[in-house]
Amino acid sequence: MIAHLLLSNGMEFDGVSVGAEGTAYGEICFNTSMAGYQEILTDPSYSEQIIVMTYPEIGNYGINRNDFENEKVFAKGMVMKNYCYNYSHYLAEQTLSDYLKCNNVVGISGVDTRRMTTIIRESGTMSCLITTENVTDEMRKKLQNWQMDKDVAKNASKNKILKYPGDGVRFVVIDLGLKNSILKNLTNANCDVILLPWSATEKDILSYEPDAVLFSNGPGNPEDAVETIETIKGLIGKVPLFGICLGYQILALAMGAKTYKLKYGHRGGNHPVVNLQTNAVILTSQNHGYAVDEKTLNDNVILTYKNLNDGTLEGFSCPDLKIEAVQFHPEASPGPMDAAGIFKRWIEQAEGYKLCQKM
Amino acid sequence: MPKNVDIKKVLVIGSGPIVIGQAAEFDYAGVQACRALKEENIEVVLVNSNPATIMTDEEIADRVYIEPITVDALEQIIAKERPDGLIASLGGQTGLNMAMRLHKEGILVKYGVKLLGTSIEAIQKAEDRELFKQLMLEIGEPIPESTTVSNFDDAQDFANKVGFPLIIRPAFTLGGSGGGIATNPKEFANIVHTGLLRSPINQILIEKSIAGYKEIEYEVMRDANDTCIIICNMENVDPIGIHTGDSIVVAPTQTLTNKECQMLRTSAIKIIRALKIEGGCNVQFALDPNSNQYFVIEVNPRVSRSSALASKATGYPIARITTKIATGYHLHELKNAITHKTVAAFEPAIDYVVTKIPKWPFDKFESGDRLLGTKMKATGEIMAIGRTFESSFKKALNSLEDKNIGLFRRRFSEYSTDEIGALLHVQDDRRIFRVAEAINRGVDLEEISEITKIDKWFINKIARLVNFEQKLKQEELTPDLYMEAKELGFLDAEIAVFARKRLVDVEKIREENNVSAVFKMVDTCAGEFEARTPYYYSAYGEYNEAIPNPADKSVVILGSGPIRIGQGIEFDYCSVHCAWSVKKHGYKSIMVNSNPETLSTDFDIADKLFFEPMNIETIMNVINNEKPEGVVVQFGGQTAINLAPQLAQRGVRIIGTSLEAINTAEDRKLFEKLLRDLNIPQPKGKAVRTEEEMLAAAEELGFPLLVRPSYVIGGRGMQVVYDTDELTAYFRSALKFSDEHPVLIDQYIEGKEVEIDAIADGVDVVIPGITEHIERAGVHSGDSMAIYPTQKVKPEVIDKLVEYTEKIAKALQVKGLMNIQFVLKDDVAYVIEVNPRASRTVPIMSKVTGIKMVDIAMNVAFGQSLKAQGLKTGLADKTSLVCVKVPVFSFQKLNRIDPALAPEMKSTGEVLGIDTVFEKALIKGFLAAGYKFPSHRGDVLLSLNDHFKEQSLDIAEILYDLGFRIVATTGTHKFLKAHGIQSKEIENFDLRKIQEDMKLRRLSFVINTPTTKGHGARIGSENRGFLIRTIAEMFSTPCFTSVDTARAYLKALLYYLENHGLTYNEISEYKKFPVKI
Repeated sequence: MIAHLLLSNGMEFDGVSVGAEGTAYGEICFNTSMAGYQEILTDPSYSEQIIVMTYPEIGNYGINRNDFENEKVFAKGMVMKNYCYNYSHYLAEQTLSDYLKCNNVVGISGVDTRRMTTIIRESGTMSCLITTENVTDEMRKKLQNWQMDKDVAKNASKNKILKYPGDGVRFVVIDLGLKNSILKNLTNANCDVILLPWSATEKDILSYEPDAVLFSNGPGNPEDAVETIETIKGLIGKVPLFGICLGYQILALAMGAKTYKLKYGHRGGNHPVVNLQTNAVILTSQNHGYAVDEKTLNDNVILTYKNLNDGTLEGFSCPDLKIEAVQFHPEASPGPMDAAGIFKRWIEQAEGYKLCQKM
Repeated sequence: MPKNVDIKKVLVIGSGPIVIGQAAEFDYAGVQACRALKEENIEVVLVNSNPATIMTDEEIADRVYIEPITVDALEQIIAKERPDGLIASLGGQTGLNMAMRLHKEGILVKYGVKLLGTSIEAIQKAEDRELFKQLMLEIGEPIPESTTVSNFDDAQDFANKVGFPLIIRPAFTLGGSGGGIATNPKEFANIVHTGLLRSPINQILIEKSIAGYKEIEYEVMRDANDTCIIICNMENVDPIGIHTGDSIVVAPTQTLTNKECQMLRTSAIKIIRALKIEGGCNVQFALDPNSNQYFVIEVNPRVSRSSALASKATGYPIARITTKIATGYHLHELKNAITHKTVAAFEPAIDYVVTKIPKWPFDKFESGDRLLGTKMKATGEIMAIGRTFESSFKKALNSLEDKNIGLFRRRFSEYSTDEIGALLHVQDDRRIFRVAEAINRGVDLEEISEITKIDKWFINKIARLVNFEQKLKQEELTPDLYMEAKELGFLDAEIAVFARKRLVDVEKIREENNVSAVFKMVDTCAGEFEARTPYYYSAYGEYNEAIPNPADKSVVILGSGPIRIGQGIEFDYCSVHCAWSVKKHGYKSIMVNSNPETLSTDFDIADKLFFEPMNIETIMNVINNEKPEGVVVQFGGQTAINLAPQLAQRGVRIIGTSLEAINTAEDRKLFEKLLRDLNIPQPKGKAVRTEEEMLAAAEELGFPLLVRPSYVIGGRGMQVVYDTDELTAYFRSALKFSDEHPVLIDQYIEGKEVEIDAIADGVDVVIPGITEHIERAGVHSGDSMAIYPTQKVKPEVIDKLVEYTEKIAKALQVKGLMNIQFVLKDDVAYVIEVNPRASRTVPIMSKVTGIKMVDIAMNVAFGQSLKAQGLKTGLADKTSLVCVKVPVFSFQKLNRIDPALAPEMKSTGEVLGIDTVFEKALIKGFLAAGYKFPSHRGDVLLSLNDHFKEQSLDIAEILYDLGFRIVATTGTHKFLKAHGIQSKEIENFDLRKIQEDMKLRRLSFVINTPTTKGHGARIGSENRGFLIRTIAEMFSTPCFTSVDTARAYLKALLYYLENHGLTYNEISEYKKFPVKI
């Protein structure tokens, strides 16, 4: 079956449909990871987005039950160069194509994905549609007017209270579109984790007597997370606060800093980041379209990490207020695990806080 | 500024001659290193015995020593140059081993030379099997159960404990030489014995075989700041059990999930951190296809063949960055050379698939053992880049420059399906084609994967291609189907075969539908950042990124494809110089080549690089895109020359010597006529089509004769025969006569062979020099030892040689390089071959004479006559420099191949000994080639055929005088006895005794001249000779198969024993001395 891809700049690409039938609109972005399509599809941060995989061979190892980042697919669609109809892997249970169909997600293969990438690089992110139907004027019109839902992070949240009991420190994790791997990094370290929805208030959170609060990754413009930002403002100074990706951005906003939209974002598993304290360089997994404007951060904030490619801020801390956050994904998935030590550090900080509280 | 400002002068050790397991990749690495050092204003002292390399050009390093890579030579050079530092990780295993020896012997400490980059301790930990094992246990990285032993009994104990199959790897050997997999006690005993012998430290590792696991490689970099990055991971299509140098390899990995990739990445980084590597490093893993169990197989603490491949596959210059790290830089302080915006501390993201296929020498060595195992056999490799695996794999197959294209091999269609199924078990160079045939026959894909242990992902992809062949056969070739074929990587010529159409008809579809190839950029970042790398590969149905600037005038240079016997690194030398020359003339140089090991495919050599198969269609794609002024074919060896007629046919201008001239030189009849017309002597010859004709021709021409089939090139199947019996035997041994393919019979003039390299402009000729071969005519010029300048050629003969060269150049209207081979007998010079193109000797002649042959030839091509270039025409003046080229062979890696010198080329590389005294140059040549001069007089085994017995008497006398004890086979013993020379007879051809003597080093060397008893059919004494030669190779006992080489060796030995002492100088030093008269 033929599928069409339309960009809001008017460009049109044809390919073969490898996913569900129908039409999907979203913001187009590209990801340069060479493996990890399953993690990417199920990462809630990709809500409302259509992902161009720059690596051409996709579907190679099928879909397995271990590599989900969430229960469902959050991306609106996937664009590929050469979908592999026959996977090969001992863990695989389903083809990528079947998985897309089951989740009602469109997929298109046979597209010049490198061309798409350079267009996004040059013109910036834009809206697009993938359809397995004939393209109509109505579709074009809808595409021109398409905007990302402001509540995208709220919708990506499980909006449930979930408990993962453990013997260790208690982490309240605010789910703004959480990746499972973040949770696993905490539970594997035996933390007592309580997952709360985006809407959790300061009171809700503190009622669990957390040793630390972690604001998760998630989709959309951080400025839209108005309620959560307010919640953070109330929490600052009361309990250690950590943030990853969107969580990092809204922590910055709550501290009075500003964020801005990047031309085409950082999405991939090869982003070099330098630790500004130790000068150590690590390779990180990234997935974000917004950045924190470091000039707008207060003086008591220490800049901790910077991206070596474009110099954007990748992390900050504020020891006075027990705040630490990173833009990149220490949980990787997909991508290198160089930053996994950050979880260990945060857990230690939570332990330290817990100890102080007792004394 | 480099962090380490104390480093002002650095010694770089090259990898020596090209042998299997160590090829052009180290010239590429070495040149990058030298350039990186010079950028930092560090003075570079370079030592390499390989004259065919670009790194030994005087422009590349500040001080170039073309000298043997021996401790003695290096100590002298270090004492003289007093370098501040040494980089050990760029000269392959040779460079690494030499650095280790210099360290062990205290030379580095003595002269205060600091080892830059990866430390001695790190090298030791990575290279010493036991230390490595300890380290892996310490850091908790899994390794297969193994033991390191130094004797057979311990090996046996381990085998009893662990059971078969077992892998045996000797420590510190090149490309796993001497190792193997043993599945039973007998194989085990054999491999252990040779393994112990081969290892320079008498040590082998025996490990539990995990054959059948996926073989995964990680190319890693680390700096002193502890930043670790992965340049690339690669997946071997062939499973563990086949040496990675002999495996088809893809990059990046295809069948691994993200988790598996990261698991191995984390392990690789943990390992290089534990080893404290500073620079590039390669880690090999075995991964269970059915679980996440993995094992660490090996770590190479240096730049390697895999890193050259990874550099070309990603665009990341590993050797260059390794050098910068060695000078103190950190990765995040260095710029990404491709984007110029980002830093070197990043991991390349690629948006294409890379396929590497090894190039094996079995087309040349038909009798050779083609089975692949832990010992590498490939001489070179090709790489292809495609937007999909399918197109990448197809391109790779078409880069092999095989007679066939694509996946289909006619010979396998003759087997029954059962036979094909059974043959899938055979692990040799042709297996991938049998896999395709099996798929074609409908053998279950699961079963194919089960037998071959090739992951089903690859089998499925190959099946897609095979099924598409069927589709082409069955369906109408519509424009859509044609386009699909192009996107999958099918060549028009292939489509024509499957669709049963003429090529022109397929090309018509292409034209009518406006189909043309586009080119995509290799940019290290999958398009994420803007890059201006001039590095491209082709694709179909996509957007073209290689838009030439209409204002640019360009020239396309055809490279020489994979390194193989007969076509080596020397052509890469020429191609690179050609690119530089083209730039100098204000044209954009455009390189097309398929070899990932070489410097010509470094993206900053030419103005634009197209990584493409050397095939007429793919080259025309480049030409159609770039619209160059013309194409240079004379530097790319036979690969490029063979493409010339097809290019000319398509209206492409050939720059330099015309196609007619090339044809005249290559066409036997035209060439004969040319020489007759010019009144230049040549051996008489005939083409015969029947046995009767052959005998009549032999009668007319007289013995000895040189016979060869007409349809082969490069001396294949060529032989010297001395009588009717030998001639008949040759004829009967599998040679087919036909009208189309007659057998060529020439007079064999058993004289001195001399060779001239010249540059001509149609009017004048510049002859940099004349070389004289040590072995008489009949040994392939590539396998002969050669001396420059000539030592024993009379001045009047030299005048004749020059005269003939000028005449031929003028008659052929050569505009560029040419090479002529002569044989001299009774002061008559006979022309045996003319090649109006770059020859193997161009780099040597350019270096020793200082006449930059390629550049001058290109100046001619651009319209500057030799006189206008201010050159002295005719034979150039000599300096006091004398040099001897010595060929180097790789027989230890190849089983069942006769090491005897013959008209067919067998060497893989060469070294050069340079001095002002001939004998010293000779000694250096032998030393550089790995020969030793025994301090104690052992036994020398003599086994001579009747033809050479008489001529060898002087050799026997010298041996006797020197105090060697001669042992001889029966016939030789009798002959020597009759001439009053004592020798000990080896009775009844006691092979076991000979083997024992070689192993215990009782035999210093062997002189064995082969007899001709038919092609391939080895009987009687000749079979014994073959066995002696093969055993000698196995035990590294020097074996001379030409009395001329033996005589030269004894001459060197005599001089050596007189203790004149050797000094080692820069090449310019030897040229500076006044000419002695």
